[in-house]
Amino acid sequence: MDWQSLELSLLLGIWTVIVLIPLGILLARILAWRRFPGRNFLQTLLALPLLLPPTVLGFYLLLLMGNQSFIGRTYQFIFAEPLVFSFQGLLLASIIFNIPFAIQPMQRAFESISISIREAAWCSGLSAWQTFWKIELPLAWPGILSAGILTFAHTLGEFGVVLMVGGNIEGETRTIAISIYDRVQAFDNQSAGIMSAVLLIIAFVSITSIYVLNDKIGRRHD
Amino acid sequence: MTEQSLALSLNQLSPIPLDVELSCKTGEILVILGPSGSGKTTVLRSIAGLYTPKTGKISSNGSSWFDTEKKVNLSIQQRKVGFVFQEYALFPHLTALDNIRTALPNAEYSAQLLKAEELLERVNMQGLGDRYPNQLSGGQQQRVALARALARDPRVLLLDEPFSAVDQQTRRKLVRELLQLREQVNIPIIHVTHDLNEARRIADRICIIHRGNTLQIDTPQNIMARPLNRNVAHLVGHYNVFRANIEQHDEAEKLTYLRWHDYLLETNYRPEFEKGQEVSWVIPAENLILHRRDRPSKGERENPVSGAIEEFIPMGETVLVTIKVTNSDEILTMSVPTHVAQRNAIQKGGDLSVSLLGQGIHLMKE
Repeated sequence: MDWQSLELSLLLGIWTVIVLIPLGILLARILAWRRFPGRNFLQTLLALPLLLPPTVLGFYLLLLMGNQSFIGRTYQFIFAEPLVFSFQGLLLASIIFNIPFAIQPMQRAFESISISIREAAWCSGLSAWQTFWKIELPLAWPGILSAGILTFAHTLGEFGVVLMVGGNIEGETRTIAISIYDRVQAFDNQSAGIMSAVLLIIAFVSITSIYVLNDKIGRRHD
Repeated sequence: MTEQSLALSLNQLSPIPLDVELSCKTGEILVILGPSGSGKTTVLRSIAGLYTPKTGKISSNGSSWFDTEKKVNLSIQQRKVGFVFQEYALFPHLTALDNIRTALPNAEYSAQLLKAEELLERVNMQGLGDRYPNQLSGGQQQRVALARALARDPRVLLLDEPFSAVDQQTRRKLVRELLQLREQVNIPIIHVTHDLNEARRIADRICIIHRGNTLQIDTPQNIMARPLNRNVAHLVGHYNVFRANIEQHDEAEKLTYLRWHDYLLETNYRPEFEKGQEVSWVIPAENLILHRRDRPSKGERENPVSGAIEEFIPMGETVLVTIKVTNSDEILTMSVPTHVAQRNAIQKGGDLSVSLLGQGIHLMKE
């Protein structure tokens, strides 16, 4: 059992959630309530990671973050180390390939809050910020939680993109999914089996908790 | 405009045409009545600041909330309105008490709680404060919405078809409570509805709005008896709207005579219309008097009109009878108590005579 890779995966998952959820809330609210030119184009762009093969996505991310690219060069200039094949690079890739998993449940959640509820809040004297904290956030909470859990679980399980962008560097980019592949290649089926079981359990618990939470919160409001 | 009131004038051509001017005094219930799509809700939303018309002015107690000329446009929060939405729009994750508390000004928790309880009591909801909206009936939700709307001590109370989602019985009860409430809150109340009967029951004045235009603002009695034009007459549910010509005026008797097909109708003296001029006229159904076969009476000399019964529609306690007037295509509609219809053997195809009460005939320009 490769504990270091599990720890790395958990760390990557947590950081992805921490960065992506606030950003996702912002985007999800805009997509849910605003109609603007290019909205469908933006939605398509954000949903792409769902359908693209991870290798294709990984390939483009590699180009995007490599030393030839603007982002890659800027990062190298500031931190004096390359972005690709680093934990930070992996995190950036993880954020991008998780966008649809985070946005879609949250967008649905915000869409389900009727405009008259928000108008009632404004007429009750709540500012836009107060309306967000006191009304929108509690009502969209199940969707936000789903987004967080999905993002976390999906990060733990991602293989293709991680391999393309991060490679297989122990303690830096070797996540549990890579480690399982590594162990199987080395005919260490026992370790691979244990780690697979861990991922299976995490996935199972995540999805169950989404259903249970949605049920609980849904019952209170309907 | 009086000092304590809400006044507005709104103008725009698109996207929703608006040409509206109205005011509502403190303690007055002004009902904006119009068919769906007439722009009545847009007027309400403009007052609240939820909609911004292209040009216009809105002021409350003399202070300007919105003025396109002076570039004034207060935010929704600054305007301090109490708004009751059509489907109430209660916050589903908060209890009734917390729904109200959300709208209260910042204060200590205990003070807020006390005030919220007081508001709940005012709308007859004491003891139900810890219920969530989904545990309340439609009428109870409406009461909570009303209490929440009053929580800010609003400058105006706006009600958007607040009784449309409850049953008849609850509606009657809520109407009574609203009328009682009006005595306690000293603010203008503007109520939007498409229901004429509801409007007549609660309004001090009714504002008729059609295609974004205010057509007439007056007391329910005046609107019903003296609609400004054919449009208003139809909107307030009059069936008997016709055209005729002024035959002559009798200044001594204070009477005006109308030529309507074979008939010469005697009406109230209206010298502002010229002899020979074509006018529209309306007679509310209650001013048609049935001539009884068994007992002819003196009143029958007043504007007698006869014809054939074209329709006979039982509607419970009354029967709707339409009469095709002899030698014309005009149809008179009247409502007759069922027992009277039976006693007089009124039936489809039969003949009928009625008197049109001259006092009830109202002449209109168009």
